[in-house]
Amino acid sequence: MSALPVTYAILFYAATLLLVVGLVRKIVLYARTPAPLKIPTTPAPVSRSGVVLRMVHEVVLFTSLFKATKWTWLFGWLFHFGLLLVLLRHLRYFQAETWFWVDLIQPFGKYASYAMVIGLLGLFARRIFVDRVRYISAPSDYLMLLLLIAIGASGMLMTFVTHTDIVMVKGFFLGLLRFSIEPLPSDLLLLTHLTLVALLMIIFPISKLLHAPGVFFSPSRNQVDNPREKRHLAPWAAELEK
Amino acid sequence: MADFETPELREYPIIPKLKEGVMAHSKPYVAKVQFQEALGFPGELVDNWEEKALEKLDDLRGRYRSLQVYLDSCVKCGACTDKCHYYLGTSDPKNMPVARQDLLRQVYRRYRTFAGKYFPRLVGAKDLTRDVLDDWYSYFHQCSQCRRCSVFCPYGIDTAEISMAAREIMDTIGVGQKYCNEIIGKAATIGNNLGLPEPALADTLEGLEEEVEEDTGVPVKFPLDQKGSEILLVTPSADFFAEPHVDGLIGYAKVFHEAGVSWTMSSYASEAANFGMFIGSYENMRSLSLRIRKAAEDLGVKRIVFGECGHAWRVAYSFLNTLAGPFDFLDPNYPVPQHICEFTYDLIQKDKLKFDKSENDHMTLTFHDSCNVARASRMGDKAGGQFDIPRAIIRAACNNFVDMPADAIGEATFCCGGGGGLLTDDLMELRVKGAQPRMEAYKRVVEDNGVTNVAAICAICKSQFTKVLPYYGFGMTDIVSVHQLVSEALVLSDAPSDDNDSDTEAEA
Ligand code: SF4
Ligand code: SF4
Repeated sequence: MSALPVTYAILFYAATLLLVVGLVRKIVLYARTPAPLKIPTTPAPVSRSGVVLRMVHEVVLFTSLFKATKWTWLFGWLFHFGLLLVLLRHLRYFQAETWFWVDLIQPFGKYASYAMVIGLLGLFARRIFVDRVRYISAPSDYLMLLLLIAIGASGMLMTFVTHTDIVMVKGFFLGLLRFSIEPLPSDLLLLTHLTLVALLMIIFPISKLLHAPGVFFSPSRNQVDNPREKRHLAPWAAELEK
Repeated sequence: MADFETPELREYPIIPKLKEGVMAHSKPYVAKVQFQEALGFPGELVDNWEEKALEKLDDLRGRYRSLQVYLDSCVKCGACTDKCHYYLGTSDPKNMPVARQDLLRQVYRRYRTFAGKYFPRLVGAKDLTRDVLDDWYSYFHQCSQCRRCSVFCPYGIDTAEISMAAREIMDTIGVGQKYCNEIIGKAATIGNNLGLPEPALADTLEGLEEEVEEDTGVPVKFPLDQKGSEILLVTPSADFFAEPHVDGLIGYAKVFHEAGVSWTMSSYASEAANFGMFIGSYENMRSLSLRIRKAAEDLGVKRIVFGECGHAWRVAYSFLNTLAGPFDFLDPNYPVPQHICEFTYDLIQKDKLKFDKSENDHMTLTFHDSCNVARASRMGDKAGGQFDIPRAIIRAACNNFVDMPADAIGEATFCCGGGGGLLTDDLMELRVKGAQPRMEAYKRVVEDNGVTNVAAICAICKSQFTKVLPYYGFGMTDIVSVHQLVSEALVLSDAPSDDNDSDTEAEA
């Protein structure tokens, strides 16, 4: 067995492990930390179902961002939904028999990569040209965008310009799922793409990408506005009453 | 008037270019040893303060999900950068909400995250130095905890939560703010922020009774410590004497009078505002809230009603049940607590109040939504009642009402510039500059719609407006209480019908 697939197998196992363990740890931390006071940003829904609706709006439509700035909203939304379609399209590399809808979205997923990269370029431009955003940006904020752009661009090159042996790629990933190491094309573009993706997976739980789980735990968004009707008491606050 | 320039009011709100460091000098006075110690904080900066600060940060991260999630989740998207009135009014980039949060986040990153420990420059992590502490003290006292930034953040990150945590950390290492901590001390020992003892209160209220009777011919009562009353009114102590606050208090008394309910104030809990929130201290907030519970129990009331006050209403509406509940000894038919606006609005709905709106015809009103009422509480049983109910009351009492532009009211309302424990003379420059966005919106309706007065339901807003309106060329008496409008227009049913009649009666 050649060194290449072994290296990448190790890389992806490690990246997956770090991603999952890192995220689970953070999610458990968020879930365990009490929210002692009712702090929804009002006007807020007065029922659980209302909150679910508010969260769906927030996560799908980026409602608050829309209120704040139309350009950031536009680029941010293009990027995230481009990315979502692209990711769903990639499911085919992990299924021996692809689900019919994964087949169905293939063409959309292909062109969604444009939306994704255009969105990222727009966000990058804002970071450079708007003085307020430039002021708050650390090197990592630029690098994160560049990393995503590089992932998107290398993927697009393979989709639209120089195709790689995707049957072999699929074989490799299906193999990983069965803990068996199958051959991987030694195509530089592909290897770059895969390396960057693994890197993204590794830094996800230790970076600002934590906004993905964070948004679901934000008390200003996920709390029901009913403090008068229902007494809300955190365990540590209940201790004070003893 | 002072050694800084009042900003010019612009035609349209413009996002200013950054001017780094222009507000670094703005710092409130530091609390003296005895006031710090009275609240259980060290008197002055402790020796190993860096270590203690980090310990407190860890403690708070473990107790407040908001803090932990908000420290981790910001993506530096910039959506909040132009939303803070202090940034808009001062141009200091550290007054952009995300930059303010970063003052704490940079330290969290440096000591408590992998990236910050090993690649501090890459992620903008910084050591906790004296300079950083100075920045904390300056800029966490340039946040009025108004939550405007939180409305626009895609993750709801609320800089108010970060400011509260930072202030609590500073208190824990011995660097407290004089204004807030002295006031908490007074409220916790005497019962109100002004330190008015019972005899002074009784005296003031008696004076008010005389004044109102002279004015209207009706013996409207201002009861204090009356056991067995149905309602306990808790109102900001500024209502007892400051202008235009006191006119609001007269309004509440007239409404209670018309409603025919028995009510009382308490000398033990004679303060609605709870400054414990400003310094992020759950314990202090709780001990002040417990005074209200105790007063309600001792006086044997059935309901609690709060007077016009913004942050007070946040603590009352959102936290009182948590801090001092359950209130199962009160009448379950009413929410605990109720806002005076809810009370008055109910009576209006039931057609129990009669108004002569022409009494307010010399004014054209607009309404300033107070930040904490707007974004941290509710009135009535529907979301947004906090916007509709006060407006409905104003419309019931006045013929002329115009709203300010939509981006300056409702959930997007601008803070008056003096909230969150900043209503102190040592922060006058900040207060004036922070009021600029509100003044710009006010100017629009003054010029376009002939507005003459702005009504508010917050003691801090009223005091702040009285102070800053003149800086921008408006009259200090432009600001009025909502219940002052009610008071002017309310027709008291047992009033002598008119002057001539009473004269004849007197002769007969
Ligand atoms: S809470 Fe208000 S004052 Fe504080 S940063 Fe946000 S907008 Fe500014
Ligand atoms: S809007 Fe929220 S996520 Fe964006 S920079 Fe401000 S605090 Fe960070």
